[in-house]
Amino acid sequence: MHEGSSALALVLGGDPALYAIVALSLVVSVSATLLAAVVGLPLGALLALVRFPGRTFIVVIVNAFMGLPPVVVGLAVYLLLSRSGPLGTLGLLFTPKAMVIAQALLVMPILAALTRQTIEDLWAEYRDELTAMRIGPLGRVMTLLWDARFSLTTTMLAGFGRAAAEVGTVMIVGGNIDGLTRTMTTAIALETSKGDLPLALGLGFILIVLIVLVNAAAWGVRRAGEIRAG
Amino acid sequence: MQTRRLLLVAALAAALWAPALAQEKSIVVASTTSTEDSGLFGHILPIFRQATGIDVKVIAQGTGQALDTARRGDADVAFVHARAAEEKFVQEGAGVKRFPVMYNDFVLIGPKSDPAGIKGSKDIVAALKAVQAKGAPFVSRGDRSGTHQAELALWKLAGIDIAAQKGPWYRDVGQGMGAALNTASAMNAYVLADRGTWISFKNRGDLAIAVEGDAKLFNQYGVILVNPARHPHVKAALGQAFIDWLISRPGQKAIADYKIDGQQLFFPNADRPGA
Amino acid sequence: MRPPVSDLPLVFDGVSALARDVTLVRGVSLQVDAGAPTVLVGPNGAGKSTLIRLAMGLVAPTSGRITWGGRAETDGQRRAMVFQRPVMLRRSVAGNIGYALHAGGIARAARRERVADLLAQAGLAHLAGRPARRLSGGEQQRLALARALARDPEVLFLDEPTASLDPAATKAVEDILRAIAQSGVKLVMATHDLGQARRLAGEIVFMLRGSVREQSGAERFFTAPATPEGAAFIRGDLVI
Repeated sequence: MHEGSSALALVLGGDPALYAIVALSLVVSVSATLLAAVVGLPLGALLALVRFPGRTFIVVIVNAFMGLPPVVVGLAVYLLLSRSGPLGTLGLLFTPKAMVIAQALLVMPILAALTRQTIEDLWAEYRDELTAMRIGPLGRVMTLLWDARFSLTTTMLAGFGRAAAEVGTVMIVGGNIDGLTRTMTTAIALETSKGDLPLALGLGFILIVLIVLVNAAAWGVRRAGEIRAG
Repeated sequence: MQTRRLLLVAALAAALWAPALAQEKSIVVASTTSTEDSGLFGHILPIFRQATGIDVKVIAQGTGQALDTARRGDADVAFVHARAAEEKFVQEGAGVKRFPVMYNDFVLIGPKSDPAGIKGSKDIVAALKAVQAKGAPFVSRGDRSGTHQAELALWKLAGIDIAAQKGPWYRDVGQGMGAALNTASAMNAYVLADRGTWISFKNRGDLAIAVEGDAKLFNQYGVILVNPARHPHVKAALGQAFIDWLISRPGQKAIADYKIDGQQLFFPNADRPGA
Repeated sequence: MRPPVSDLPLVFDGVSALARDVTLVRGVSLQVDAGAPTVLVGPNGAGKSTLIRLAMGLVAPTSGRITWGGRAETDGQRRAMVFQRPVMLRRSVAGNIGYALHAGGIARAARRERVADLLAQAGLAHLAGRPARRLSGGEQQRLALARALARDPEVLFLDEPTASLDPAATKAVEDILRAIAQSGVKLVMATHDLGQARRLAGEIVFMLRGSVREQSGAERFFTAPATPEGAAFIRGDLVI
């Protein structure tokens, strides 16, 4: 990015470096949220519906891990993916893939905990009907997840927000490599450390606008769905 | 609804994975924040790429962390500025051979109000003694970087055991050069910085150069290939190509050509064997 | 295709059910045979709901045995239930019925026609595409009935199905129930509405404080109840 340019100038001028950073931020955080959802939503539903020994312990841990410090997650994933670490042969360190994996780990507890609460509440309402209709365990999970889809959309947005806003994880496992693993947050950190505070602030503003746009889009999808399905 | 969601995921996944499919020549270089923040890499790497087609991915960390990254085999080349640490790195077998590349110098930055009364001095040792004596606020990087290690060496030269004699005036921030400068600017404190980062630093506040020109402020950079015997996946050929280019005439010229506001930041000296 | 096994007669043998130290039903022994609708009546807390829920397998007895057609099959597929306040799935009216058909194992190809049939039976054909949650109370209960019928039940249990509805909606539901009973489905219904019991019942089971006090043909019960409590209940003197 050009030294001394204002963030607005970069946006309006279509600066390719800026657009690449924006695109990477979105792809990484959205992918991480979706990946976390694949594990987190069913896990949350499971915790809501099944009583098994140790369940309370797992619920407490999942709730607590909503507040996992991003740098700690970043460090743990770094040690796993480092060439000297157990998964080093995968060669994932300092790539966007590593960033997606690390952010997914960060976001997964949020999705699981919020899903568990939503599904638990919904199950209390649906229990009689679904039992009377003889719906099996898998059917229950899928029916509840689908019927809770509007609340779960908000949950997914909470997860996405966490991913898009954090810097510690992606900085450590991505390395903030110019043109490859530099996201909005790591770019802001970099410009701050270079002392170019106006640019850093401008980038921060762009990031917030992005997050608002994503939320607005999700809101639109939700409204359309609500009108269709009540 | 299900199919559409799956298609979206597939499209995103393709976007992520696609770059990896285009297997270009690339290496990972663990370097310091001073080379990155000053903009040097932004200048010389495109030239290198043009010449060889090799893509250089730079991880900018403090010298200590950069050497650690290289030691773990997570980088192919280390490019830092702490000679003692570099030689130890090679000695312990983590690196193949150290090549001197260029130098810049450190400068002591301080508030224009100059509480320690050292402005314009050319004697860094005397200046540091004055800072400590007057208890003037001083920011240290504290992160095992080359700059930090140089700072510690200078305290030692001044006969000050900084670990024992530091008081509340000594602020150890444990961060990179940019962050340390930001902190010094906010606190109106003295800070040791490399000239390159200082020249391109924009948040100067009330700070200016207080002491410069002392030979002891000389800051040498070295480049080392990570030992492929220890980490077989290291791209030894490409890494060596980078090193060879850095110390070759076109590489050295590229380094010398990098200027900010007409000022040259780094001075190539690969031809100086003792550096 | 009706399988050869039947869920009737439904037999309770010394069944008690407790919940948190409260006895809901106590030592109930009762047989429900195929035929005209069996209506459970009694004041609040008599245990009518609990008995229905036991028969549907939603609650397990604390002691005693329940058998369906001689078998101890708690989750029989040929039973369906309608609750006082139905829960609509977050999809369209047709979608709700389709869901019940899918749960009953009907293949996608056969579903469309069945959905149309059931919509017509419930008088909801004009609301097929409407989100189910936006229906009125009466319409939702008719949808619940259609959903229950989607499972092609042999026995349909109902727990105070019209208690929350206005008279017009109540009548609409009762008309459908009459039609269902006539098509051969056994109805077992709990109600506190005596008028409704008179209109629909073939057989009355009178319950009081967790036990069955009387079981007889409807006409017999209403003209000559066997117990003084039964008589008091019919007069309207027995509320608890």
